[in-house]
Order: sequence, then structure tokens, then C-alpha cells
Amino acid sequence: MAIAFTEIQETIRMVEMEHLDIRTVTMGISLRDCGDPDFNKLKEKVFHKITTYAKDLQATANQVAEEYGVPIINKRIAVSPIAEILGNATKEQAIDLAKTLDEAAKQLNIDFIGGYSALIHKGIAKGDQVLLDALPDALSQTERVCSSISVATTRTGINMDAVAQMGQIIKKTAHLTADQNSIGCAKLVVFCNPVEDNPFMAGAFHGTGEGEVVLSVGVSGPGVVLNALKRYPDADLGGVSDVIKKTAFKITRAGELIGRVVAERLNVPFGIMDLSLAPTNAMNDSVAEILEEIGLERVGTHGTIAALALMNDAVKKGGSMASSYVGGLSGAFIPVSEDNGMIRGIEDGALTLPKLEAMTCVCSVGLDMIALDGDASPETLSAIIADEAAIGMINKKTTAVRVIPVIGKKAGDIVEFGGLLGRAPIIGVNHFSSDKLIQRGGRIPAPIQALTN
Amino acid sequence: MQKRAVVSVVGKDQVGIIAKVTTILADNKVNISDISQTILQDFFTMIMIIDINDPNKLSELKQKFEPVEKDLGLKINIQLEDVFQAIHRV
Repeated sequence: MAIAFTEIQETIRMVEMEHLDIRTVTMGISLRDCGDPDFNKLKEKVFHKITTYAKDLQATANQVAEEYGVPIINKRIAVSPIAEILGNATKEQAIDLAKTLDEAAKQLNIDFIGGYSALIHKGIAKGDQVLLDALPDALSQTERVCSSISVATTRTGINMDAVAQMGQIIKKTAHLTADQNSIGCAKLVVFCNPVEDNPFMAGAFHGTGEGEVVLSVGVSGPGVVLNALKRYPDADLGGVSDVIKKTAFKITRAGELIGRVVAERLNVPFGIMDLSLAPTNAMNDSVAEILEEIGLERVGTHGTIAALALMNDAVKKGGSMASSYVGGLSGAFIPVSEDNGMIRGIEDGALTLPKLEAMTCVCSVGLDMIALDGDASPETLSAIIADEAAIGMINKKTTAVRVIPVIGKKAGDIVEFGGLLGRAPIIGVNHFSSDKLIQRGGRIPAPIQALTN
Repeated sequence: MQKRAVVSVVGKDQVGIIAKVTTILADNKVNISDISQTILQDFFTMIMIIDINDPNKLSELKQKFEPVEKDLGLKINIQLEDVFQAIHRV
């Protein structure tokens, strides 16, 4: 059927004025065949494999974006969790391997490479511990390497020994990158129930159930949804849901088409489409502003959770019909520093840390890109992680913590991370101690929800 | 491979827009299979469907349009038609 004039106009408006874009095409690459008792050989294999499989990623994605007139913002790589190939490597060698990944990303002109990761939700193996020991140095001595650590799942419960270590690691990373507003912490995500095919950074890694190489896509479009809603100021909430559903459908269809074309040209299987709405600092490209458009004076006020639940559900309903393979995190992201509406919510005192925690119960992921008081203790950071992990574990969903205790900054200060990472007002933490909880150690047992067989 | 692409032209209405844009297409032996145009509050919008054998030709055409875009203050986009089909047709 021929495309109508108005439909063409609508599409052009979505791209030109409402920031419709493909946020990321992410190539997942298995490194499981790269293990080698000779560490130099291991490094060589890793570098060679990544730079071979992904050598045309950047150029092909740019070419497809040009032909279809839909921008692809980021091209990224996710690799197998590095802890699994470390073998008998030392801490210094593990840091060295992070630099190898960084080099590969630079050579390919890729802004982030994810998978400097370990899955330690039940226990910590030898390679895992080496990676944990190496993490603060690895994150502070590389630019583009992202790390994710799984500390809990619904099936296994919460590994509180791992949670305790993560608080220390985050604090140490903050200190090592103190001269850059503790930016190292922005490249580290702590997960409960991580997914193996997430294309979004910093949490992307190529899971053990994945194939040799795969291409997955994350679309974006808060601006498109916001503008669509603005055209229906008087719709009731059922109508609001419907508008979001239809818009999500269109955005996802565009993403799936482009993703499949890129995958086909690279001769790589298409993996999944991640339906997440991911904001940027561009004007009107904010998830918080969608919630405000639904009917809140400021994000964070009473009703925020209800509006977010409605929006997140509608995005999934619309998107799931538009794609053959939905996966990844697929929900709304609510990073603070990358969303102008969220920043304003905190500055105006409407949005607080407890409210942000509550929001993570009904949308994907968790406490994301939140700048905390630099004096927050490692135990407090661990306790924040434990709270988020508990939300994910009990509700059988992914939750994550990516917080940045900015050394030398206090609640009320503003910190600039620059570029994609944006800027954030510092949030204070609760001053009562959680030390005893963290010091007890051990595991929080898997909840009754895990017993589904 | 025969493909169709959508050329959209947006800008302030003035003499010679259609002539200049279609001349470039004709000079490059590109066939126009559909054309429609409207003016909304002084804003000229034209959308053409063209036949394309080689997707590489798109970037070539884009470059050729650049001087006209500058001269007349227009914004000209070319996109393969598939993207519209994907978004608007189930």
C-alpha cells in the first residue's frame, strides 16, 4: 500500500524534531575460545577476535543510517564476562587485559566496550576474585571499558559477601578517579537478575547462553513519545496508554528494520530488540518530562510511580508486537544525570533517593547515574546495593545500581560528567549506619518466589 | 536491486524550488514515480518517490542537493522507502 503524504511527514518530523534515533547497535562477541595459559597469547587472541569481528561495525552502521535516514548514535561491543577467561591470571594481568579491551575499542572507534564482568550471585570463583581486585585500577586506567557485576538473582538470593566487596570497590574507584569527578564509577553496574543480551551500556555483556557473535539493537525515543502525548492533552489514562503504545510500536519497527539490515550486511545473526526508552540531555528527550506530561507538576511527586508504571507497560505492549525478538532490559531507563527532567526534579526537591528506589519497582533497571555525597561509606553503598537487589530478587526483575560517590562533593553541589553522561546534583545519603548488616556477610537465601518447579 | 526512496524537501516557499530539485534528479537519470506538494503557512513541503537501483547513489544525490539546499535555504532528505513501510504498515 502506498505511503500517505502525512505518514511521510510524520516520520520526518520524528527524526528531525523529536530525536527518534537508534540509540545503539551492539555486537556481542564470545571470547570463550580465547583462554590460554600464556597470558600474552590470551591478550593477542582477545584483541584479534574483537577487531576482526567488529572491523566493519562502525562503517556499516553509518552507511545504513545514511540510507534510511535514521541516525544510529552508538556502535558498541559486548564480550563474554572476562572473569570466565582469566584462568590463573594475576591482578596485574587482569588490569592489562582491560587495557587491551580499551585498545581494541579505540582502534574500532567504538565509545564503550562492555563485559569486564563477573557473575558472582552465588559464589566467587578464582577468576572472579582476580577481576574484582583489578576493577578499581582497570576502571581508572581505561577510558572505554565498562564493567557489570551480578551479585543477586531470584534463583540464588543475594550474595552479601559480593555486595560488601562492591561497596569497597565503588569507593576505591571513586577515589582513584577523584580528579575527574569520580567518573570511573559511571562505568560500573551492580546487577540483580542481569540479562545476557542487554545492548545498553554500562551493563552490556555477552552472556553464556549466547552464540559466537550476535547483533542487538536498542532504540530510543522519549522525545517522540512526549510529542505524541502533547497532541492529546485531554485524553484519559486509557487514551494516554494507547498513544504511548502506538508510538512505541512505530519506534520499534524502525529499530528492528535498521538492526536487521545492519546485521545482514555484517553477516551476523540478529539478536534482540531492546524496547527501553532511554533519555538524553537533548531538549525534550526526557523520560521525566513524559511523566510530567501525563500529569505531574514535577517528577518525584505523589503519583510518579503510577505514571511510570502506566508508561513502562504501554511501551512494552506496543513494542512487543513490533519486534520478533524482544529482549535485553526492555523498560524505561531513569538515569538521573542523562535526563534533564530528572535533574530538575532533584534540584527542585521533588525527587529524592527513596522515591527513585520506589520507581525502580515498576520500571526497568534501577538506581542509574546518581551522584552521591562523596563521604558515603562503603558499607552505605553496599546497603544501597542490597536494597536494590532485594527489590529485583523479590519482584523477579532486573535491578541495577550505578551510583557515583563524588569525592569532595556534598549534597546540593552540581557535578558535570560531560558528554553522554551529563550532569547531576549530588544527593545525600541516610546518615544512620548499615555497617552491621553488611559485616554479617553470608547470603540472603533465595526467596520463596524461586521455588517454581 | 530496484528500490524506492523518498525525497522530502522542506523550506520557505519561493520561485523555482521544484524546477531546481527535479533538474538534479533528471541530470542524474533518476525517475520520479510520484510527487506531491503542499504549502502550510508559507512552508513549502514536497515529497517525491524515486526509483533507485544502487543504494550508494543516495549519498551521491545528497551531495548534489547540497548547493540547492544552501541557495534556497531548503532541507532535503533522502531515505529508502522501507523505513516508512516498517513504521506505518503492519
